[in-house]
Amino acid sequence: MKLKGAQILVECLKREGVDVAFGIPGGVNLPTFDAICSSTIKLVLTVHEQGASHMADGYARATGKVGVCLATSGPGATNLVTGIATAYMDSIPMVALTGQVRTSVIGNDAFQEVDTIGVTRPVTKHSYLVKDPRDMARVVREAFYIARTGRPGPVLIDLPVDATVGEAEFTYPESVNIRGYQPEQKPPALQASQIEAAAEAISKARKPILYAGAGVLHSGAWAELIELAHKAKIPVTTSLLGLGGFPESDPLSLGMLGMHGFEYTNYAVAQCDLLIGVGARFDDRVTGKPDEFARHAKKIHIDVDPSSINKTVLVDVPVVGDVKQVLRELLKLVKPADTSEWLKTIAGMKKQFPLTYREKQKVLPQYIIQQISDATKGEAVIATGVGQHQMWAAQFYQFNRPRSLITSGGLGTMGFGLPAAIGAQFGRPGETVWDIDGDGSFQMTAQELATAAQHKLPIKVAIMNNQHHGMVRQWQDLFYEGRHAASRLNPVDFVKLAEANHCAGIRVDTKDQVRPAIDNAMQITDRPTVVEFMVDQTENVWPMIAPGKPHDQMLGTYEILSKDGGVPQRRRAEADEESKLSLG
Amino acid sequence: MNAKHTISVLVENHFGVLARISGLISARAFNIDSLTVSTTEDPTISRMTIVVDADTVKLEQVKHQLARLIDVIRVDELREGEFIDRELLLVRVKGGAKAALEQIAQPFGGKVTEAAGSLVVEASGDTKTIDTLVEQLRSHGITQLVRTGRIALEKNGKA
Repeated sequence: MKLKGAQILVECLKREGVDVAFGIPGGVNLPTFDAICSSTIKLVLTVHEQGASHMADGYARATGKVGVCLATSGPGATNLVTGIATAYMDSIPMVALTGQVRTSVIGNDAFQEVDTIGVTRPVTKHSYLVKDPRDMARVVREAFYIARTGRPGPVLIDLPVDATVGEAEFTYPESVNIRGYQPEQKPPALQASQIEAAAEAISKARKPILYAGAGVLHSGAWAELIELAHKAKIPVTTSLLGLGGFPESDPLSLGMLGMHGFEYTNYAVAQCDLLIGVGARFDDRVTGKPDEFARHAKKIHIDVDPSSINKTVLVDVPVVGDVKQVLRELLKLVKPADTSEWLKTIAGMKKQFPLTYREKQKVLPQYIIQQISDATKGEAVIATGVGQHQMWAAQFYQFNRPRSLITSGGLGTMGFGLPAAIGAQFGRPGETVWDIDGDGSFQMTAQELATAAQHKLPIKVAIMNNQHHGMVRQWQDLFYEGRHAASRLNPVDFVKLAEANHCAGIRVDTKDQVRPAIDNAMQITDRPTVVEFMVDQTENVWPMIAPGKPHDQMLGTYEILSKDGGVPQRRRAEADEESKLSLG
Repeated sequence: MNAKHTISVLVENHFGVLARISGLISARAFNIDSLTVSTTEDPTISRMTIVVDADTVKLEQVKHQLARLIDVIRVDELREGEFIDRELLLVRVKGGAKAALEQIAQPFGGKVTEAAGSLVVEASGDTKTIDTLVEQLRSHGITQLVRTGRIALEKNGKA
């Protein structure tokens, strides 16, 4: 059957299970939009292409499926780039479809022409230029396969207009065969000995820690992780992107480690004798000074990507493979270690160095996030921007479910929160989705409120309005003698902004208004709600490992904060009792 | 510690592959000493021979990252003494007698050609041999010099 290139594209998208695509039409991608709009795939018009790529990303993180975004050539494509780079850094499966000028004028500086493949080369897992409609089916099939397998990532397909309007015989390729890319190959025999070595190290350890990253979520290995932790009685810390991979209500949970990780967690990492990295990449925000990171520990690193191993921290036992498969093999071999003393030590540290903050006159973001955690029972999908509010969300929201935190870790993309929340809500329509945001971050993509309103999405946006780029202001106070170079934002009335976009708007000025506003927002289900919290402008994120310092030298510790009215904080009212930690 | 490394990379013979590979290497701030590409016995596959000056630990990462590229089929680092390498040299010399130049070039298997009134010496050999020849030609006044860069095959290749 002969079809136009764009129709072949749509046939392939349907076979990949694509149900929604985010983007903006323009000159050269009109044939693609025209073909999609006659199909069952829902087209979501965004206000800006950056919104489209973050929505595809949020959808992918929330569902584990491949997110799809579209843009026209030139400025449309370049506007996608921040979202593509964000997905690349966090290994998110995405296919970006960009329009391109017709093949005969490529390279001629045609109207709205840019070398999209060239611009995106360093931030994509792979990319294709389709010069002939006969290649369309194979390329789309390969692109989705590459995006979701191995270490996932974004793949870009550049579509010159003639490849979408030209006709070709359509046959769907039933299989993919790329000789340079064989991610589903059976692990080599070497791996068996590595898994044995890992099991051996675990059985000998007295002070082990599991350090779980987003790889646990990508490979769907959370059940195996819980089983391993309980079988071998090993406490679990997660990276920012690993949050939700291990339930924080579990007594073995240590929460997040790293720059703004918990004090007791970082102390435990500094003391452990075995660190088992599971689908985590030893990011510099986790390790601090790499030579000092878990310096007493033997290190095991399980990762699907061989190039992640020994990249920043040298490890003793590397295991290359899909995290879920490796954990299953490991579970067969592993014998419980005697960690009872270690668990007691950790329980003691949890009591001695709890998470805390000092009460202030003004509303504090930490309190707001505790209340959101409480109101949603730790079961909402939480998207965030980047900055102080992101760290507070990581600290004070209790994440109990996989794929419940949608946040830009590697690239640290401000403006990610709102569009990512929109994408997540499309992926999980029946669930409660909050965007916890800052006024600085939110304003970078605030125009997407219109997209959320158009589709009557019941997302809730909590803006911690401190009229600053708060994390920048914090660093300026700590490391630049308090000179606030360009970190103060002009006041914006976010309630009016919400209403102008046909969203509900609620302002909160005092502590006693916090919970009623959250409960109120939870009742509004026919449109988006923006809750603007006027928070203290001087609050800092604590504790903190200053850049380049080891994990046992933290700023803003419990000892310091508790001197002046700091009280131990729980993330949720019924949060973990330390007595459960020893597990009997 | 920095040292010269020779990497042999088999890649799909597509447009854009060279840009992916050189981009990946240059993004890590490695200097590429030489890079040669040409098709192999299989016209759908090209072989790149890349000589880089790089820190050994970082080079391991780059090899893994190269292998991660979809268009890369195979990456091998060729170890000193375990490969045969050649490059081709062309040198234009200011003047002097052809016979004198031939005397220098012959032990290297080289030839001298007259081209538009000047003399061009050509030779092929491994990098060290070519370096030595260039040194000996210097006193004759080199005006232009070009080398292809290293191509290499493992001594223990498939038959």
